[in-house]
This record gives sequence, C-alpha cells and structure tokens, in this order.
Amino acid sequence: MILVWFIAILLAGGIACWVVARWSAPACRWTALAATVADFVLSLIFWIRCYPVNLLRQQDWLRQVNWTWFPEAGIHFHLAIDGLSLLLVVLTFFLGIVSVLASWNEIREGVGFFHLNLLWVVAGIAGVFLAVDLFLFYFAWELMLIPMYFLIAIWGHERRVYAAVKFFLFTQLSGLLMLISILALYFIHHRATGVYTFEYSELIGTSMPLHVAIWVMLGFFIAFAVKLPMVPVHTWLPDAHTEAPTAGSVILAGLLLKTGAYGLLRFVVPLFPAAAHWFSPIATILAVIGIIYGAVLAFGQTDLKRLVAYTSVSHLGFVLLGIFVWNKLALEGALITIIAHGISTGALFVLVGSLQERIHTREMDRMSGLWQTIPRFSGAAMFFAMASIGLPGLGDFVGEFLILLGTYKVSVGLTVAASIGVLASTLYGLKFIQRAFHGSNVHHWELHDLFAREVVIIAPMIAILLWLGLFPQPVLNTFTPTMNKLQQTASQQYQALDRGQQ
Amino acid sequence: MLELTGIIPAIPFFSFLLLAVFGPRMARKAVSVVGVGSIAASTIISGIVTAVFISAPPSGWSYHEVIWRWMSVSSFQADIGFYLDALSVVMVLVITFVAFLIHLYSTEYMEGDEGYSRFFAYMNLFVASMVTLVLADNLLLLYLGWEGVGLCSYLLIGFWYTDPANGRAARKAFIVTRVGDTSMVIGLFLIFQRLGTLNIQELMHRAAQQWPVGAAFAIAAAALLLGGAVGKSAQLPLQTWLPDAMAGPTPTSALIHAATMVTAGVYLIARTHVLFSLAPPVMLAVAVIGAATLLLAGCSALTQRDIKRVLAYSTISQIGYMFLALGVGAWSAAIFHFMTHAFFKALLFLAAGAVIQAQHEEHDIFKMGGLRRMIPITSWAFLISGCALAGLPIITAGFYSKGMILWGAWSSPQGAPALWIAGLVGVLLTSLYIFRVIFIAFFGEAQIPVEHPPRLAKNLSMVVLSVLSIVAGWVNLPPYLGNKLWLDELLHTSLPTVAEKQLGWMTEGWSEGIITAAFVLGLLLAYELYLKHRGATRPLTENALGRAIHEFWNADWGFDFAYDKLFVAPVVWFAQVDKRDFIDKFYAGLAALSRACYRALSATESGRMRWYAASIVGGTVVFVFIVLFL
Repeated sequence: MILVWFIAILLAGGIACWVVARWSAPACRWTALAATVADFVLSLIFWIRCYPVNLLRQQDWLRQVNWTWFPEAGIHFHLAIDGLSLLLVVLTFFLGIVSVLASWNEIREGVGFFHLNLLWVVAGIAGVFLAVDLFLFYFAWELMLIPMYFLIAIWGHERRVYAAVKFFLFTQLSGLLMLISILALYFIHHRATGVYTFEYSELIGTSMPLHVAIWVMLGFFIAFAVKLPMVPVHTWLPDAHTEAPTAGSVILAGLLLKTGAYGLLRFVVPLFPAAAHWFSPIATILAVIGIIYGAVLAFGQTDLKRLVAYTSVSHLGFVLLGIFVWNKLALEGALITIIAHGISTGALFVLVGSLQERIHTREMDRMSGLWQTIPRFSGAAMFFAMASIGLPGLGDFVGEFLILLGTYKVSVGLTVAASIGVLASTLYGLKFIQRAFHGSNVHHWELHDLFAREVVIIAPMIAILLWLGLFPQPVLNTFTPTMNKLQQTASQQYQALDRGQQ
Repeated sequence: MLELTGIIPAIPFFSFLLLAVFGPRMARKAVSVVGVGSIAASTIISGIVTAVFISAPPSGWSYHEVIWRWMSVSSFQADIGFYLDALSVVMVLVITFVAFLIHLYSTEYMEGDEGYSRFFAYMNLFVASMVTLVLADNLLLLYLGWEGVGLCSYLLIGFWYTDPANGRAARKAFIVTRVGDTSMVIGLFLIFQRLGTLNIQELMHRAAQQWPVGAAFAIAAAALLLGGAVGKSAQLPLQTWLPDAMAGPTPTSALIHAATMVTAGVYLIARTHVLFSLAPPVMLAVAVIGAATLLLAGCSALTQRDIKRVLAYSTISQIGYMFLALGVGAWSAAIFHFMTHAFFKALLFLAAGAVIQAQHEEHDIFKMGGLRRMIPITSWAFLISGCALAGLPIITAGFYSKGMILWGAWSSPQGAPALWIAGLVGVLLTSLYIFRVIFIAFFGEAQIPVEHPPRLAKNLSMVVLSVLSIVAGWVNLPPYLGNKLWLDELLHTSLPTVAEKQLGWMTEGWSEGIITAAFVLGLLLAYELYLKHRGATRPLTENALGRAIHEFWNADWGFDFAYDKLFVAPVVWFAQVDKRDFIDKFYAGLAALSRACYRALSATESGRMRWYAASIVGGTVVFVFIVLFL
C-alpha cells in the first residue's frame, strides 16, 4: 500500500493546493511542501528499513500492489518497487521538495494551478518508476507530460510557447511509437502464449525473431532516447530547459530525463536483449557523440541556463553509454550518474533561476564579477560546477569513472573518446564560473547573497554530492540485487533466443 | 603512533571546511590561527610519524591503513586508504613543513587582502589534497588528490579574480593539466583491466609477475601515466601553463607551483617505478623529456624580465632534472632533488614575493636594483637559495642533489653521456640566469624606494628555509666527502638502488668537478654581462637573428602560439559557429515544411465555387484514370 500512498499523496496534495490557493497562496505552498516532504520521509524510512537485509532477500519486488483494472484486456494496476525504483523514487521526492522551495518566490500568478501541475508531474514520474504493467506505465508516461507542458507554457520565460510545443511534439510523437511497440509486444505475446497481458514480468522472455524484436525495441528506444535525450533527438531539451520556470527545469533535468534512462534499463534491454545487443554499437557511438557534442555546445552558449541545459546532453550520454555497455561496473556507474546528475544539475538550475530572479537576465554578458557581491552564492555555484565537470570526491565522478571503467572492457576507442568528453566538460565548467562569477563587477550589481530558503535547498544537495562521491556504497548496494536480476534475465533470454534461432 | 597518518590530511581538510563556511565572518586573527594552526598540527603529526617510522620501522618498511571502503563494485575495489613507506614519509614531511612555513609567511603577505580567509581556505584544501595524493594506497585515491590539487591550483592562480587575465591563466593551467589527467585516467582503466586492481603495491606486484620487461601493456600503461605526470609537472610538451600560473599570489607560487604540486608527476613515476622499469622505452622518454625540458626552460629563463617568470622557468627546468633522474633509474636522486628543490625554490619565491611587495608590486628586474642594501635578510635569502639552485659546491643543498642526478645520468645502465652533457649545460644555464637576476635586482643602483619591508613572519620563514637550503644537502654526503648517504639509504627501503655500469675514466668526483666548473663559468659570465658591463648583452639582441632567438625563447619556444592555432582556436570557432546547434535546423526545417504544406492546402480553401468545381472534376478524372489504367 505504501506505493499507492506515494502517488496518492501527491495527486491529492495537488488538488488540495489548487483548492487552498483560492484563499491563500502561502497556504498552497505549504500544502505542496507538506505533500512532498511527507512522501520523501516515507520513501526514506522505507529505504532505511529495507537496507540492506530485505534488499538481498528480495525475490521479485520489495513491495507491490496489484489490482485488476480491465481484466478482459489483461490490464492491471500493478505497482512494484525494487532497489532501482526505490532509489529513483527517493530522488524524485527529494527534487520535488527542491522544486516547491525553488518556486516559493518565483511563481506569483496562478499559484494554485502551478502547484497542481507540479505535484502531478512528480506523481506521474513516481508512477513511471513504479509501474510494472506496461499499460499503466504508458498511462503514467503521458500523465507526466501534460502538466509539464502547462508548467512550461504558462509559467515559462519569453519563448515559452515555442518551447512547450516543441517539447510536447517530441515527447508525444516518440511516446506514440512506444505505444505501438507496447501493443505489438502485447499481441506477439498473445500469439505465442494465448494470454493477453501487459504485465512486465510476463512479457519478459517473449520470444520473437530478431528482425521483429529490433523494430519493436526501436519503438521503445526512440521514446526513451528522446527523453534522455540522445543526440540527434536532443534539440527540444535546451529550449524546454531554458524557457521553463526554475522548478520546471529542475524536474526536467533531474527527473524527466531519468525516466528515459530508467526505461532503457528496465524495459529495452531486459525485454529485447538480443535486439539491444545488436543495437548496442550504434547506441554507444551515439552516446559518445552526445558526450562530446553536448559539452562543446554547452561551451558555445552565452545564456547561462542554456549552458547548463546542454551539459545534460553530455552527462546523459554517459548514462546511455553505461546502459548499453551493460556490465556491472557500467550499470552501477550509470545509476550513480543518474542520481548525481539529478542533484548537481538540479542545483545549478536552482542557482541560475535565483540569479535570474535577482538580475532579470540569463545573459552572461550582463553578469561578470558576481563573486564580489554574492560570494556564498558564487561559492555554491563553483561547487556544483566542479561536481558537473567530474571532480573526484563528488558524486558525478564516481558515476562517470565506473561507466568508463566498464566501457573499457568493451571498447578502448569509445572509452578514450568519452574521456575526451570529460576533458571538454572542463571548458564549459570554467566558462560558467569565469563569465558569471569571476572578472570584475562591471555592471555594479549589488545583490542579496543566499537567502535562508536557498541555503535550505543548497546545503543538503552539497552534502548528498559529497556523500555520493566519498561513500557511494549504500546506493551501490541498494541497486546491486536489482542489477544482477536485470542482467540475469537479459542474459538468460539472450541465450534462449540464440537457441531459438538455430 | 603510525595510526596518526590519516589525521595528517584530515586536519587541513576540516579547517578548509571551517574557513569556507565561517571564514568571511571570522576575525583575521582567528583565520590565521585556524589556517596556519591546522598546517602546524599536520606538520607536528607528520614529524612524529616520521620519527616513529625511522626509529621503529614497521615490518617491511611499510605501513598500510584503510580508513573506509570507498567503493566496491563486483571485482573493482577502492579504499580510502593510506600507505606509508620511506618515499611517502619523506614527501609528506617536506610538504607539510614547507607548507607550514609558507602559510606563516602568508599571514604577512596577504594581510591587507580582501580575500584573506578565502586564501587560507584554498591553501588548506591544497595541503589536504596534496597529502592525500602522496599517501594514497591506490591510484584512484591518488587521482582524487591529483585533481584536488589541480582545483586548488586553479582557484589560487585565479585568486585575484577581478582581473580577467588571472582568470585566463587559471583556466589555462586547469585545462592543460587536465589534458594530462585524461591520459592518466585512461592509464588507470588499462591497469585495472589488465591487472585487476588499482592498489599501487598490488598492481606493481602483479605487473612484475605478469609482464616481461618491454611488454606492450606495460609500455602503454607507463606511457599513459607519464602523460599525467608531464601535465602536472609542467614538462614538455605540456609545460605552457606554468609560467602563466605566476598570476597567483606569490606564496601560492612558492607552495604549489614550485615546491609541491608540480612535483606530483615526479612522485607518481617514483611511486609506480616497477611499472616504468618494465617499460624501457618509456623510461628513455622520461629521461629525454627531462633533458630537453631542462634545456629549453633554462634558455627561456634567460630571457625573462619578470622575476617570477624567471623562477617559473627555473622550476620547469629543475623538474626536468628530476625527470632525468627518474628516466635513468636514479629514483632516490630524484626524490632527493625534490626535497632540496622544495626548500630552495620555495625560498626563492618567498624572497621574490618580499621583493615585489617592497617594490610596489613591480615584477620587472630591470626596474629594480641595489636591493641588497635595503632589505638585507631578503637579499641574503635570495642569494642563498639562488646559490643552492645553481649548485654552489659543498655548501648548498642543490649541489648534492644535482650532482647525484648527473652522476646517475652518467653511471646508470640507462644513462648516457648525452644526458649527462645536457644536464651539464643546464647547470651553466641555471647559474647564468639566476645570477643574472641577482646581479641586476640586488646589486647596482637603487631604483625604487622600499616600502613594506618584510617583518617577522616573512623573515622567520625565509631564515628557516635559508638554513634548510644549506643543510638539507648534508643528508646525502657522496663518497669523496665521507659517504654518508642517510636519505638515500632510507629511500632504498622503498625504491630500488641504481646499478652502476662500467665507468671508464669518470668518477663521481670528476663529474662534480666538471659541474662546478660549469657553475663557476655561469657565475663569471653573469658577473661580466650583468654587473660589470651592464648592457653588454645589448649587441646580442640588436641584430635580427639575436632578437629573433630572444623573442622565440621569451615566448617559450612558440608552444603557446602553436597550441592556440592548433587546438584552442578551432574549438572556440566551432563552438561559436554551432551555438544554435545545426541539428536543430533539421527540425526547424521540418516545422517550416509542415507550415508550408498547411499554407498550400489552406490556400485551396478559397471560397470560390469555380475552384472547387474544377478541382472536383480534376480529381475525378485522375481517380478514374487510375482505376482504369493502373
């Protein structure tokens, strides 16, 4: 039941926010905060109680809820949690709190509807991470899309409508491809077994010829690759991230992109191991191109938020690489990168957003020398920039290092190219610091340094990145049983398929 | 008592945290107490650890301590663990002690600065990272320290961030060294893939077992690590960042860009010496890089007017000597020279810093003069350290360490007369460029009146380092002076000894004699050219060829220019051209296409009956045609 609570609290909290906002905007904010904090605390308690004993004992899932929804079509309301979902859900609720706090002063109009959308998008994301019925999964996938569209289109910046429509078209079209693939899988499974089901654990192991599997897999892959985003389907991202309000950017970068990574991990490779294996050279090469190209694009930007947005293209390239390399080192690395990137980039968006609130511009030409007036703020920005460029001792480094270590086992060339991508990240990281915070304060800004509310957001994020960088073992251990299981299903079935084809 | 090892990096790390969070609100006194006190505490502990290590050595002359398991993924394990042996003991003691003196000096040097607490925060973080680097028991933790010192170097070069030029120098340092780091991290991947561990002792053990001398993987691994070492230690071809790094406050230059961080590459190679011994071509490369660097940088040092840039090139050149020693397998000579160099080069910078502050931030030696009468302690300190650098025989420390290196270059099996000659020419150059500075800036007529003469903190640190610049050499007395090789013997518990091949007519005494002759020649030349007949060098730079060479050396042999054109400009150009991301043009094209289709189709909805009738008729005809004929 706790899984239902996770989502229900947010859905109900969203409606409550909407209602309460008619009387008082602050009450609405506090309601939203209460809902996200409640969920975060619940998930944290759940994690602590599972760790590490239950995780190791876990058979299929740590907890699940399975209600019949449309029995005729084999559709269930089936939520389940394992180590992977658990970590992502904790991250989701944490960034939920961050987004609510980040919008505290920024959002002044339509406060109720804003928080409704915000909590619902978080609920949708939690649903994506928890659903193990593909129909429900698709439902949650769409649920997170629409509120996100509103967040960008209503509360965004200058070119918000363009960005929102672009975001919507990219994700919606690719989502439709996934729907087709889900249905194809559904019917193929029926033809093979005579059972109509959307159940994840049933559909795993559905045998089909490789050429069919490739097409079905591509439907899933494209949907997830757009979300991730992978070069060359990344171009919605800079616009959406840049135009979205701060909370929107945090959720986009910290969570929405991760649903793509999660989909690849959970569905693409385990459902279609042979096809994914066949496809892995293409995916890994595109991943490495994304790492380098994203970093170079970030380096070329003059809009601070756009710069941060492009860094996501680079970092998520690492995740894609790790997933398709598919060995233990790379997978654990991908998971750490997912979490660390969520925190470090989320924090950068919070900072850039609050900078924009202070000086009403994102152009780096209008900044320069901010360290003189807001040293603490700049120090925090420096910290997260260093995390982002992979400084050892901070979370992102552990992820990227493990991914590269795993990749080296598969391909030396890809490893070298991706390492050059890490080098390229130095360029944008230092440009970020130099153009905004170093130099002399030529525009004579006199700004307020970090507010208490901002310290409350930033300090835990610093602590988490240090923790991930210096003692990532609890996170790794939480993921390990799930990872072993994913690897096992994929490889078992991979062998079965090989035999089937002979 | 060896359990205290883990505390040595911990104290400065926590004082960094304290200063970073509360520093701006603390009183200057409190900042000094925390900032300097933490390093003093670390120094005392490393002193105790060293004393215990030497007096009651642990079994096998090594001590290993795991603080916690950093990460463990399937077969990959890395610890936050420290490894103590003669090599790391010597390094840590020198680093903490020199760092302490420089911190002490900084309380006076930085006293008027706005970023007082920020400065000490960065410096403390640096010491924490540097000690971690040296003590790390595995290459990943070493890499953490490695990148940590790189970050501090960046932060401190760009310490006075309001001047964009400082920012540029800082970024250049960070990016150039990270080029080397990229090579190093790939080396880590290779080592783990082939040897299954990153623990330094374990990997050397396995490498020696698995790989024969000259094995391809050993060569690749050593070459990749060398890439990292070359970047950090500012050797050819990645030396370009160090002269610009002088933009930082002078104590920073003394600590990071002279005494400690830049020698991290030397330490890395010495630490993984087994790997390098398995790769003779890489060893040769190390020696040749060292020899070439020491000559090139020595020439460049001759042409600089900025006192700190002379010292920067001198640092590059002296690290070249250390590389030369490593390349010929004279491991302990390299570490010996690291130690003496840490003392005298730190002192040179501290004295230069005192001079600069006394001369209204003037860096140009030709605008100075007669300083020896105005700031005597500083002048003596500069003179002593300059003599140690040039290798004044018997008295100064540099003589012993350099002599040992050159003797290794001649006598070791990997040595060669050519390497020895390169080192010998280097001695001449060193003596010439450092006495050039001394004669121009400290002798002659006074030019700028002295302001802010050094006070207690500065003088005290300079005096202590002056003493060390002399006595530090006496820990290794060569055979012709009593053969008391204390440091050498200590280091040989963790580093192999140099084998000596058949020697012919040359003995260590002869080698030292010839070096001394080169030193004296350089000194006399400098005296003639820069003191007795000032301006005697002018004819040299007045003809076109002379001026061209002068310019070329002054501009670091054109490396900067070439890198700008080859690497920097294309990347910047592409990033600017592609700011709008040409891939997005494709999607914009799709959008434009569908908009065009929409317009075309909506144009047909004109409301004119004739058009509608005509298109119905036309459509019918086409349809019938298709049905009937296709």
